[in-house]
Parts: sequence; structure tokens; C-alpha cells
Amino acid sequence: MKAIPLSYIARNLWVRRVTTLLTAGGMALVVFVFATVLMMSEGIRATLVATGQADNMLVLRKGAGAEINSGVSRSQAAIIESLPGIATDGNGQRLVSKEPVVLNNLPKRSNGKPSNVTLRGTSPLALALRPQVRLIEGRMFRPGTSEIVTGRSIANGFIGTGLGETLRFAQRDWIVVGVFDSGRTGFDSEIWGDAEQMMAAFRRSAYSTIVFRLADQGALPALLAAIDADPRLQIDAKPEIQFYAEQSEALATFIRYLGLFLSLIFSIGAIVGAMITMFAAVAQRIGEIGTLRALGFRRTAVLIAFLAESLLLSLVGGVIGLAAAASMQSVDISTTNFQTFSELAFQFKFTARIAVQTLAFALFMGFVGGFIPAWRAARMKIVDCLREA
Amino acid sequence: MSVAGDGGAGQTLIRIRNLSKAYVRGEQFIPVLQGLDLDVRRAEFVALMGPSGSGKSTLLNLVAGIDKPSGGSIIVGGVDIATLSEGALADWRAAHVGFIFQFYNLMPVLTAFENVELPLLLTTLSRRERKAHVAAALDMVRLTDRVDHYPNELSGGQQQRVAIARALVTDPTLIVADEPTGDLDRVTGGEVLDLLDDLHRQLGKTIVMVTHDPKAAGRAERMVHLEKGVLVPDPAPGAV
Repeated sequence: MKAIPLSYIARNLWVRRVTTLLTAGGMALVVFVFATVLMMSEGIRATLVATGQADNMLVLRKGAGAEINSGVSRSQAAIIESLPGIATDGNGQRLVSKEPVVLNNLPKRSNGKPSNVTLRGTSPLALALRPQVRLIEGRMFRPGTSEIVTGRSIANGFIGTGLGETLRFAQRDWIVVGVFDSGRTGFDSEIWGDAEQMMAAFRRSAYSTIVFRLADQGALPALLAAIDADPRLQIDAKPEIQFYAEQSEALATFIRYLGLFLSLIFSIGAIVGAMITMFAAVAQRIGEIGTLRALGFRRTAVLIAFLAESLLLSLVGGVIGLAAAASMQSVDISTTNFQTFSELAFQFKFTARIAVQTLAFALFMGFVGGFIPAWRAARMKIVDCLREA
Repeated sequence: MSVAGDGGAGQTLIRIRNLSKAYVRGEQFIPVLQGLDLDVRRAEFVALMGPSGSGKSTLLNLVAGIDKPSGGSIIVGGVDIATLSEGALADWRAAHVGFIFQFYNLMPVLTAFENVELPLLLTTLSRRERKAHVAAALDMVRLTDRVDHYPNELSGGQQQRVAIARALVTDPTLIVADEPTGDLDRVTGGEVLDLLDDLHRQLGKTIVMVTHDPKAAGRAERMVHLEKGVLVPDPAPGAV
């Protein structure tokens, strides 16, 4: 079967460029919503997954899904610290960080409204365990003091968290001595201070989490076996990457499904728009359809031509929407991760997979919107078409 | 009633026997052609004439294979096109029929060159071969200087010449023309008829033309009159 030339299809869209752009614009808006939702979901996932280090292990109380509802006693922490297979630094010190994690309500710079921020007690070893974290202003807090360092997003987004400013929480004043950047990971949305000072200030007797580095991956089975064998350790130990991936799952999935549902609703409007445009295109070109058929082009060629026109129309909308969505990558946003109840700053993340999914979605709208008009064009009798020419 | 051509069987290109065509509108049965017999010789130029509603355009559509008869046979070049499937009929039209319409029916978004090339896209010719064929067809209608012009940049006469080039570019067995001068002034219409005359005399094309215009019909070798769906004898023998 010979096809009607693409130039005929494309130029017909160009001839009706105002209608084409309006219809494509409607589709672009839907595509934009679709793509940004996927980018948001991917941004959250990527931010949290990147927070973890491949060779770090994270320990929580058994059954605790998040750091804030976990509790690891000092005695348990001591046992964990002495387990075999834990890496040491150049001074022979075990790379273990025992961390209390609490949430504190801080007002945002933008509107003064409070939001939960994660406060993490740690030690200078935290920088060795999280090499992606680097100080960009000031210095690291000194152990045994009420000094804190704040993540880049927190310093930018919350009152009293900039370098040299003072925050009051847990009935103490805490001075910000440094601002760190963790390479767009979840730590950018945290405040770090000395673990023991935080434990005292918040009257905590247990840590929330223990983080340690494995000497090598081969040590993991023996370490997990040792934990299982010790009845005093009612804990879950898992790779840090896995922990943060799980932390992103609920929010990312919720946003993805909510967005896809909204996109689906909006897409009905875009499909109807495409259908109206294509019905108008068929009505305007009945004589041309008759002529093409008379010349020997088959019904399927006519069907494919009008379907291709609709697909091309949706592709234009898809590309416009995708380009607009891609520009969102430069926007920083934050939201509350309802798995941790804390603020999480992230960026929209554009990936090749999202581009393919979005264009497929746009083409799907074009196919559904264009099929019935194309089918109608293909079913018309030649003589009836020529009579209306 | 039948008016068969006088050509011998070996020269006959179109042989129509007992052809009938009727439309059904709701419960109404509307006969358009009834028991019609007609022969057209190879390389003959025939004009179909008759009042509005006489069935001449219907007959042309049936001969061109764009409509199906209700009964009878239409044998063109030995093929009974009334029995062909829709797909086979489309292929047959592409290979054997060139169309000239009253309102030219050019694709407005394609240039003169592309319009003429359109039927060649249904052939197996290479791009280079198609280009050569189109150039020759446009040369035949004296439009080589208008190849890149779109229909709206051409006059009515020029558009009809492009349509004629499109009709002859595949070197069809048969050219059907439905009121080819109906939308043109007398001078331009005369030029178009001159071209049809050239196609017939120089290239030996078989042409079946529907027209209301006796002067246009006078350019044909033979006039066939229809009235109320049947062929009637030439009311003015020797008028051609």
C-alpha cells in the first residue's frame, strides 16, 4: 500500500497554523502537567536515593520505618559499634555515627509559616561517612558546644538558619557556624549539631539511628548474622541507599499517581480538542480526499494520512510541553515528606525515560483524538467526496 | 435503448453492456442509468452530453471506476471493473485512469510539480524517474516555468493545465474529464480543449469527456447523448 506523502500532511497543519497551535497548545499544557509530575516524582526519588552511600549501613529499631520513630539505646549502640566488619579511618577510629534525629518547627523565609525541619545530632565523623557533604560557608560545629551547621536549602529557606544567625530550640540558643552543601541530596534539608548536645537538649536517652561504613561488602553477611544472633539487638540494619530509596517511595508514588490521574482527566479535554480539529480538517478537505482516492490511494492510505496528521499535531504539543517541563529543572522546590514528616528540598529531574513516556502520552492523545475523524475520512465514498468538492 | 460504437471488437477499449445504476434514498428507489450499452474505441475522443440529471456524470464515474454499478458489466481493456474489489479497483485506477475535474481538484498545499507527481507515488518509479516524468508532463502543458508554484499562485487555466499534466503523467489507458472547461472563460477553455485535442491526436489517448458545452463537445470525435439514464441517438447527426 502506497502512502500519501508526509509533505501533504505536514503542510496541511502549517496552513491551519493558528488552529494547529491552539490545539497543540492545549495538548502542551496537559503534557506539561504530565511531565512535571513525573519529574517531581523522579526528583524526590533521585534526591533521597543520592542521600545514601553505597557502603554505608543504617541501623534502626526493629520495625521502625523512619528515623524519627526509631530508638537505639546507648547499650545497643555500643554493641553495634563493636561488630566485626566496620571500616576505620586513618587514625584507627571506627567509622560509626550515632545520631539522634528530631523534628523542629521553623518559620520559612518566604512566608513566615512554620514547617518541620530535621535536626540531626552527629559528630565530625559524619563528614567522613557522607563524603558528598562539604562546607560551603563557615566551619564544622565543635563537639560539646551549641553550634550547628545547616544544609544549603535550609539556610536559604528558613529564618535564623543562615551563617552567623542564632536559632532557639530545646530551650537553648544555637549558633549557626557553617552552611554545607550535600550535592542536592536529602541532607541539604537538615540541620546538624553535636549528637550528645542534642541528646541532652531534647532529653533523649536513645539514638535514632546508627550509621557505619562497611570495611568491604564481603563483610556484610557475617555482620548481619552477628546482629541476628544477638538477642539484645532488636534492630534492622540495611544499606543506607535502600533506606533512603524506601523513604522516597511513598511520596514519589503518591505524587506520580495523583499527577497521572490529573493528567488523565485533563487529557480528555485535549483529546476532544484534537478530535474537533481533525473533524474540521476532514470537513475542509472532503474534495481532496475524493481526489486522492480517485487517483488510486486506498482507504487505509487516507486513514493513515489523517491519523499521521493528528499524531504530528500531538507531537508538536508534546515537544512544546516537554520543552516547558524541561525548563522546570532549574526550579528548586520543597515539600513535606509525609513518611518522615520533614521538609525535603529537591529539583524537578528530567530523564530520557520521562521524555519518552511524555511523548508517548502525547502521541496517545493524538491517536485517540485523530482516529475517529481519520476513520470517517477513510470511509467516505469517492463520488460523495467529489460532489462536495 | 443502446448506442454502441462502430469500432471493431479488436479496437474497443470500453465495452459497456446492460449497465444500470440506481440510488436508494430512504424507501425511495431512484434509477439513474438503465440497461445502457456503449462501446468506446481505443484512442477515441467521446463527449457525453445531456441535460442535468441525465446520468452522464454517473456514467463517467462508473467508467472511471470510482463508483460501482447496480447491474451490468463495464469491460475496460479486457477487465470487467464492475467485479473488481475495492482495493483492486484503486490499483486499476492508479494504473489506467487519468482524471480531469471541473474545479481542477489540485492539492492546495502541494506545488504544481508535487501535484503532478502525486499519481506517480503509486507506481514503482524511482525519484529520478518520477522527476523526469513530471517534467515531461509539465512541458507538454507548457508549464515548466511554474513547477514550484502553488495552485493559489496560478490562474484557473494554469491550474487546469496542471490537472491535465497530472492526468497524463502515468500514461493512462483512459482519460476521463468531467466538465473540464466548466470553470474557465471561453479563451482559456479553448486552450484546455486544444490540449485535450493534442493528447488525443498526438498521444493517441482515449478520452471520455462530460460537458454541457456544445462547442466543447464539438472537439470530440463522437458525441453520446443521455436522457433520463438512457442513451439517445445524436439529435443532430453530422454536427461534430
